[in-house]
Amino acid sequence: MSRVNAEPHARTFRKTQRAAYVFLSPSLSAILIFFVGPVAAALGLSFTDFDIYALGNPEYLRFVGLQNYLRLLENPVFWKALGNTLYFVVVGGPLSLAISLGAALLINSRLVRFRGLFRSVFFLPVVTTLVAVAVVWRYLYHPSDGLANIALGWVGIAPVDWLGDPDWAMPAIIIMAVWKNFGYNMIILVAGLQSIPESLYEAARIDGAGRWQQFVHVTLPMLAPTFLFVAIITMIGYFQLFAEPYVMTQGGPSDATLSIVLFMYQEGFRWWNIGYAAAISFILFLIILVVTLLQLRFLNRSRT
Amino acid sequence: MRQLRLPRLGVFLGFVCVLAACTAPRDDRVEISFWAMGSEGEKVRELTTRFERRHPQIRVRVQQIPWSAAHEKLLTAYAGDTMPDLFQLGNTWIPEFVALNALEPLGPRLETSKVLKADDWFAGILDTNVLEDRLYGLPWYVDTRLLFYRRDIFEQAGVTEAPRTWEAWIEAMQRVRSQENPGNFPILLPFDDWTPPVILALQLGSGLLRDKDRYGGFSDPAFARAFDFYIDFFRRDWAPSAGGDRPNNVYQAFAAGQVAMLITGPWNIGEFGERLPESVQASWATAPLPTADGHAPGVSIAGGASLVMSRQTAHPEPVWALMEFLTAPQQQIEFNRLTGDLPSSKRAWQTAQLDVHPHTRAFWAQLQNVRALPKIPEWERIASRITRYSELVIRREMSSTEALAALDEDVDAILEKRRWLMERIDSGPATEVSAH
Repeated sequence: MSRVNAEPHARTFRKTQRAAYVFLSPSLSAILIFFVGPVAAALGLSFTDFDIYALGNPEYLRFVGLQNYLRLLENPVFWKALGNTLYFVVVGGPLSLAISLGAALLINSRLVRFRGLFRSVFFLPVVTTLVAVAVVWRYLYHPSDGLANIALGWVGIAPVDWLGDPDWAMPAIIIMAVWKNFGYNMIILVAGLQSIPESLYEAARIDGAGRWQQFVHVTLPMLAPTFLFVAIITMIGYFQLFAEPYVMTQGGPSDATLSIVLFMYQEGFRWWNIGYAAAISFILFLIILVVTLLQLRFLNRSRT
Repeated sequence: MRQLRLPRLGVFLGFVCVLAACTAPRDDRVEISFWAMGSEGEKVRELTTRFERRHPQIRVRVQQIPWSAAHEKLLTAYAGDTMPDLFQLGNTWIPEFVALNALEPLGPRLETSKVLKADDWFAGILDTNVLEDRLYGLPWYVDTRLLFYRRDIFEQAGVTEAPRTWEAWIEAMQRVRSQENPGNFPILLPFDDWTPPVILALQLGSGLLRDKDRYGGFSDPAFARAFDFYIDFFRRDWAPSAGGDRPNNVYQAFAAGQVAMLITGPWNIGEFGERLPESVQASWATAPLPTADGHAPGVSIAGGASLVMSRQTAHPEPVWALMEFLTAPQQQIEFNRLTGDLPSSKRAWQTAQLDVHPHTRAFWAQLQNVRALPKIPEWERIASRITRYSELVIRREMSSTEALAALDEDVDAILEKRRWLMERIDSGPATEVSAH
């Protein structure tokens, strides 16, 4: 029976498959042309010294093998940029997640009034243009007339040269970036919170669980998948820190806010060292890939 | 509905015809495209309109490009074979576009020009446009750095005359320093400015690079001495070095007397006129840079922008006519009135009496002694390394000897490709990097 029926079945399957490819081909070709192609070209470029001379005359292009990568590993500026980026991810990421979660719980709480208003207010920074935000924050961070230092003065703390002091510039960027971005994660977490069935809380209450126990034993486990998604997205986004230092500090002072992507941008588009910049982008890709895989593994282990 | 459709179609067709009539070339006028940056791009339209009136057969399409995007746009245009016929280039960018073989040499045209004479330009400025004995750009407006100072503060400290030598300069700063309260400084030097150490080094005869610009020359005694003098400004507290002391708004600080002196360029003549309060307008002045070797004024750097012709242009004659028009003394005077930019033509300076005007005459004197920066595509990159290392030394994160050695190492790495190309040219057949 299987022999008789398998043949036409396989044929329909093959037919369906062919049809599927036909329908997929527009988006597949778009991905090939606009994604796979450029990525492959960039990988190729990262093994050359493509620069302004090579742009003028292709004869001046040299194949340099892994030299770009080796030079990068020797370059203290690269390590500084990597360190800055990790600082931003490790401090800014969890801070952003904690604030998003706090805001989401607040907005989801029945005790809070004007929840719609707060939701919009918290989300506003996300939809505001970064350049406009940066201008305002530069005023806030002004060493003598800025609101940040005036507020510190009220509690008796000496003024801080937020964007001019290498020790304070990155914290200043982190505060601004967290303020700008936490609303986005908050919305996703609110959706996660709302999908937790009310019956679970009821059951917990019947069992005599208090507010804190409900939070620890119901809210957190039920929110874990959403939270992990938000954590990965945030981490990937934070590794690609660029716009904030680009508009606020240009990577200064003393390279204290130079991120990997900003470093890549400067090498590539300011100095036109395209080959070198391509190598930087692939190293960043590898780092993000590894960290994402680690996070996923962590999730799988905690699930089992 | 049905009745309406026909008249509508008629109106639509009529509209299309009108549009077509508007866009269709009215005649066989030649159109040339001209990219100009920043406010020059906006103000130059007034002059190009005048040019079009004088040359009815030529139409000029001016594209205004923001400075921040100019470099990228020009390189992209080069890569895509869509360069404008004529464009403005900051003169330190010229070597890069010559290396790309994107610029038309202008020497032969200048020789036969009835309007322009090479000796009407400041020699140091003209030199920035010359690579391997070929002229690639016409100086459009000029820029250099010199002293802006508060005459009243100097006088209170007993300094009656702008310093002409380094010794006098040091003495003036010491006097101002002892007069003022500790929050006020004789001079302000931004950390992210490479020009002061480079100017001081040029004054001591440093070539900045060595061996035909193949290696960094920053550990050489001349540069090292100049660099130490520059760092001294911070160490001896003549210039604010701590974060909190540095004013955020230069104009407010200058008006309030928190800084008595700046090393800056011609754009600040206009800015000071607009931004400083009436009360200090009479008390600020400009002066050429003090000299290290007794030959006043001391050397400064030759800056500014030039007009260049694309090698891809299909209309070299009309483009050259526009270049001649814009750089001729009469238009230079007009352009100075429109933008405040300093003219490149000496005749324009004299006709408009800029050479005797209280604020610009120091520039006139300074422009007689300006020198081109190394004419290689890598220069801006090298300059950014100078900024980086001097900031590290000012912040006491490195000693100046360490910083200069590291700077040389960085610069040698940046120039590796250039060395490779020059070796190829020296050993191979007679193909040149920049002059094909």
